[in-house]
Amino acid sequence: METLTEAHIRQWLEAVKDPEIPVLSLVDLGVIRDISIQGQKVKVVMTPTFSGCPAIDMMKQDVQEVLKNNGVEEVEVEVNFKTAWNSNLISEKGRAAIKKFGLAPPPMHNLIVDIDIIEKAKCPRCDGENTEMKTPFGPTLCRSIHYCYDCREAFEQFKPL
Amino acid sequence: MDNLALKELLYKMADDQLILGHRNSEWTGMGPILEEDIAFSSMAQDKVGQSQQLYILLNQLGEAEPDTVAFMRNAEQFHNCQLVELPNGEYDFSLIRHFLFDHAEWLRFEALSNSSYEPLAQLARKYKGEIKYHLIHANTWIKQLGNANEETLARLKQSLHELAPYALGIFEPSPYETQLISEGIFIGEEALKARWIESVNAILAQTALGAFNWSASNAILGGRQGKHSKHLQPLLDEMSEVFKMDPTADW
Repeated sequence: METLTEAHIRQWLEAVKDPEIPVLSLVDLGVIRDISIQGQKVKVVMTPTFSGCPAIDMMKQDVQEVLKNNGVEEVEVEVNFKTAWNSNLISEKGRAAIKKFGLAPPPMHNLIVDIDIIEKAKCPRCDGENTEMKTPFGPTLCRSIHYCYDCREAFEQFKPL
Repeated sequence: MDNLALKELLYKMADDQLILGHRNSEWTGMGPILEEDIAFSSMAQDKVGQSQQLYILLNQLGEAEPDTVAFMRNAEQFHNCQLVELPNGEYDFSLIRHFLFDHAEWLRFEALSNSSYEPLAQLARKYKGEIKYHLIHANTWIKQLGNANEETLARLKQSLHELAPYALGIFEPSPYETQLISEGIFIGEEALKARWIESVNAILAQTALGAFNWSASNAILGGRQGKHSKHLQPLLDEMSEVFKMDPTADW
């Protein structure tokens, strides 16, 4: 049998998507924090985007399933906050997927998120910068609602955190 | 480390978040405008989720399962401050409570980001970023309505006066203050209160309400020791109604 490597696991995990943004893989979302392999046993450490994210259990199950379907005999998924998630961990590929999905990707920040960072989002439709935040809360915990004065459409942003 | 001090700290924070989270969720479907309905519902989800992680820490320290702890205790076993258990009242009342509590909550977790108890510091660093959005929400509306018209001002003023003694009750000292401070777990309630007064007054000063004279209010204490208003038990009965139908059910 072929030796399992982290690259295999990452490649398989590409198939597991964020249930709330189904074009974004967990790998690109940045919530897979560690992968360790011992023979045929794989341990994956995940961390939630938001502490109250209801999707974490579903993601955990999906990781189990995908790895088992790829022939991994024993899978352990641990959720912890040792290396907490922040939105800078979303990959370039992930940001492109978010934009294509219709959401403004979170701007990169220095880990101090303040109102001036949140208020000015770039419209994912027309790239307009003449926008205003309408409310910091949206249809899911990770989205805020904005309005673009250039194309006169409302849009959502994946919140910087 | 003496776990009693740590458990007391974790319980009061988790209970505050669970109870206020539940109160916030009562705005679901009832908000004065759709955005506020969503905002209070989202903050409810954050707070309940954060409380769950704290109950998981308590579980790791030997306490019962998070669901058992959340749903099977009576009012006198809860350590939340009385501020969070009060019924929602009208929107101005809920907004002032949200503003007063969430400033304290954010500052608490900011301080705990440097806690010597690393599992708590990890959560605190995470929560701080999440609660920042709650603060932005509260500050926006306080500034907006605090400078709007006579009616909004009168309502906010009335709610602020009514809630001030309860808000001071957030900082009821624990029997373990000295130990928590000397072991570097937490900066202590007194230090937190000083930061909080500065923080809420900085916002209030930008409104027609003006900075509040906190030294003229007497704190309503007791919540941390299980002494509650008549409003907590009915909340708990409602919150745990489904769970108690079959505590062994597998969800």
